Amino acid sequence: MTCVAERSQEQAVVDLKARAKSLRRHVLRMAEVVGQGYAGQGLGIADLLAVLYFHEMRYDAVRLDWPDRDRFVLSIGHYSIGLYAALAEAGVFPIEELDTYGMDGSRLEMSGSEATPGFEMTGGSLGHGLSQAVGMALGVRLDGRESRVFNLLSDGELQEGSTWEAAMAGAHYRLDNLFAFIDCNGQQADGPPYKIMNSEPVQEKWAAFGWHTQRVDGNDISAILSAIDLALEVHDQPHAIILDTMMGRGVPLFEQREKNHFIRIEPNEWHIAREQLEVGTP
Amino acid sequence: MSGTLLVNSWKWGHPETMRTGVTGTLLSADPASAGAVVSAPFGHALVRAAEQNTRIVGLTADLGKYTDMHLFAERFPERFFQVGMAEQNLIGIAAGFARTGFVPFASTYCVFATRRAYDFIAIGAALGMANVKIIAGLPGLTTGYGGTHQGIDDLALMRSIPNLVVIDPCDATETAQAVDAIARYEGPVYMRLLRGEVPIVLDPNTYSFEIGKAKLLRDGADLAFISTGLMTGRVLEAAAYLAGEGIQASVLHISTLKPFDVSAVLSLVSRVRIVVTAENHAVSGGLASAVADAVTDAGVGIRLKRIGVPDCFCESGSLPYLAKRYRMDTESIIETAIEHLELQLGLGY
Repeated sequence: MTCVAERSQEQAVVDLKARAKSLRRHVLRMAEVVGQGYAGQGLGIADLLAVLYFHEMRYDAVRLDWPDRDRFVLSIGHYSIGLYAALAEAGVFPIEELDTYGMDGSRLEMSGSEATPGFEMTGGSLGHGLSQAVGMALGVRLDGRESRVFNLLSDGELQEGSTWEAAMAGAHYRLDNLFAFIDCNGQQADGPPYKIMNSEPVQEKWAAFGWHTQRVDGNDISAILSAIDLALEVHDQPHAIILDTMMGRGVPLFEQREKNHFIRIEPNEWHIAREQLEVGTP
Repeated sequence: MSGTLLVNSWKWGHPETMRTGVTGTLLSADPASAGAVVSAPFGHALVRAAEQNTRIVGLTADLGKYTDMHLFAERFPERFFQVGMAEQNLIGIAAGFARTGFVPFASTYCVFATRRAYDFIAIGAALGMANVKIIAGLPGLTTGYGGTHQGIDDLALMRSIPNLVVIDPCDATETAQAVDAIARYEGPVYMRLLRGEVPIVLDPNTYSFEIGKAKLLRDGADLAFISTGLMTGRVLEAAAYLAGEGIQASVLHISTLKPFDVSAVLSLVSRVRIVVTAENHAVSGGLASAVADAVTDAGVGIRLKRIGVPDCFCESGSLPYLAKRYRMDTESIIETAIEHLELQLGLGY
């Protein structure tokens, strides 16, 4: 016999899977507009963004500057396609605006900036996000707020030295309101990180810097939820949750593409991609 | 040739110099009155500002004692954040504080802030107008250490960043006033720091610092000095000496390099075309370049001589030695000004 809490957790997972699928639809919609782009990253990170924006984070889509909000800090600006999907789904701006992604004059830039509503800072020059997240976490704590700060980094970004300056500071100041999600998708601009500049063992590095660490399947919504729940029980330490994800997740055509950091897609492939997403497991 | 002979050769002097608009605020323009100092004007001013504004926080990258930030740390330990030797993180954390509604003052040295953390200042602070105040010590030749510590290119680097206010105060009076002004200003600021025992050049009772406003400290029609930072004190001494030689020099002090007070420069050079700039910085990319930009854009021709660090990394050594070595001391300023005047007179100006 399942208890109410378990049933509600199961229902939450079902709902979040549907949200993640919706986000993936948005990602394909945007990528098709420009015929290329960071669809692989947007598809790969959709499960985390669904969990954060539709389960874990406290925010107000019509009052984005609410001081007590939780903050999502996107270090990796080229993942903006994923965040645009989440923000549009959350009602921050109209879903139709996604059709302007990457176009001249649009506020939905390929590498996003704080000019877009819902962006807490400007990422894209990698290695900035965690430092600013540390500053925000210190700031909200100094104000006595219960806000949390959720930073999304990538495995390639770990090659930036400033990330480790910030990691040291997060542990030094015992920021248990700070969460770093490290997306390990095994791809960066010039190839896989283990060939470019190996960042493994990622979990051991964060642990050595004094963070509470977990490593889970970043495309498993239940696993992400459990990791966050466990992290919330840990105090006096910042939390690193390492996510093993698959770029292009949900669209096998893209999952199998060898060079999927910046996907180039033929015009006749889009309908295949959309069909694959719809028939895939939710 | 002596200055006296030069003056005697003048046929076109303008003894009736304009007096309007001159800021009558000098305390140590005369070398005889120099010597008054204030201890740690930045640190004390920041404490005063933070007593009024509880949103001010202080940060440093292991240079609290050396940037006078320790005074803030002692007074407000709960609002002080040491980040260790990590300048990128210093600026990044400061930007994060700004984005949660605080007014962070982040201190380190010019060289470390601008060379090591340039991208963090540009993208982390300036692009989004984050309310970050960067306080940068050891500007130019204020340290006997060599190229590693002398901030000779920071103004050039910072001037090139959109949205950023860039300030080089000349003394203790202006430093204290600028702290108050930038704490109230909403946006990113880079300010050079004169630390420790800082001379008083400007009278705190009459001088009034404004962001973006140049101040005409002395008026004279023969020669125009345009100066910034600590060079203004030396230029005032040079101008006083030259007056004794019959050469009337204006001194336009430009403490805000960005936004640049173009109208003040154009107003001055419209009546005094022989110009000497003086800055505690490389002669390219800083004040002299800003003046050249201003007159070029306006289509105005001037006769410009630039005093400052030439295109080199400087030696180590005592501060008097370095000032003399790079012709930035008062005596060299006087000599350079006279040489420049002679040359221009010879050319018919």
